[in-house]
Amino acid sequence: MSVKTLTIDNTPVAIAEGATILEAAQEAGVSIPTLCHLDGVSDVGACRLCLVEVENINKLLPACVTQVTEEMVVHTNSPKLQEYRRMAVELIFAEGNHVCAICVANGNCELQDAAIQVGMSHTRFPYRFPDRHVDVSHSQFGIDHNRCILCTRCVRVCDEIEGAHVWDVAQRGENCYIASGLSQPWGEVDACTSCGKCVDACPTGAIFRKGTTSAEKERDRGKLEFVVNAREKREWTR
Amino acid sequence: MNKIKLATVWLAGCSGCHMSFLDMDEWLIELAKYVEVVYSPVGCDLKEYPENVDVCLVEGGVANQDNLELIYEVRAKTKTLISFGDCAVTANVPAMRNMLGGSEPVLKRGYLELANETPQLPNEPGIVPELLDRVLPVHEVVTVDIFMPGCPPDAARIRATIEPLLKGEQPKMEGREMIKFG
Repeated sequence: MSVKTLTIDNTPVAIAEGATILEAAQEAGVSIPTLCHLDGVSDVGACRLCLVEVENINKLLPACVTQVTEEMVVHTNSPKLQEYRRMAVELIFAEGNHVCAICVANGNCELQDAAIQVGMSHTRFPYRFPDRHVDVSHSQFGIDHNRCILCTRCVRVCDEIEGAHVWDVAQRGENCYIASGLSQPWGEVDACTSCGKCVDACPTGAIFRKGTTSAEKERDRGKLEFVVNAREKREWTR
Repeated sequence: MNKIKLATVWLAGCSGCHMSFLDMDEWLIELAKYVEVVYSPVGCDLKEYPENVDVCLVEGGVANQDNLELIYEVRAKTKTLISFGDCAVTANVPAMRNMLGGSEPVLKRGYLELANETPQLPNEPGIVPELLDRVLPVHEVVTVDIFMPGCPPDAARIRATIEPLLKGEQPKMEGREMIKFG
């Protein structure tokens, strides 16, 4: 396999062909904010937080799904990018119904963390207040679509790690939502193994364990990492 | 030394931000050396919002006609307007009625559908303020100078926001201690 050499924020880095800019940045010790990226599953470029500038390319590229090329010169933290990242997070907040004070994930939420990271003290976009629903038909879990940011981590962990493919994205544009089964109530989907990987993967409080109330959500990310390592690296202990 | 004129107002919020303000405890005595409280539900008895206010902390979203009139008055008479807490910054819990779509379905839900006895809509023009169709964050109505999120912002955050203003400096609203929502 050939190796590509490139520059990220003035740091030279060499990485195998086919790697993404995000992987190369990790190699170079450069931190790029992410939200929809989850170690162990494929990347989809849904959240736009990892947008970077590449010299001689006239648009911003998502680092998680853009492969490195030879002599590429990447900038990850220009004032322009900082502004776009903050806008991306503000738009996520304005799009759904994110009420931190009453959320299970308050204090343990990757969207909240992203807002702090990009310096968002308020959103400059008018809130949409969409009419969304809560599905608590499953015996152990619930999904509150108000808090969903459509990162599709649940879709990917369920399909790629658990192999059940309970989740998918229904509709388009502003009407998009995460559907269970054939757009049935979650509790009626036979394919669901009740493994809880979607709960662990969800960055916000959208998917939660029943019985958890404000600021009580906990995630076992180690479980996802363990399953992936067991499969890919044949490491069987945690 | 001329004292800084400080006001606090309470729109559509639970008053928790004001409770958090009081939670600054003994520093309030220090604060009193520098400011004159000219209008506040917890610090002053005046009923009219005065002219030439230097700093005003606004708790709550804008939910009804009364809130709307007061916030316009506050903006017109205040140099530095601070959105104080999540309800002012995001409209927060009060805005959860917005998902029902307009004031009419909200009133019908609250006063007719869920009423056990004598269901009727409140109607006292000039006394009971009319609900706006949507609860709005303050900055969707008037210009806001400083945003202090939090539900409520804790006493340390409130102090860290106000203290620089006493010296004529701007607070740095960044990092988990200063801008975490919720």
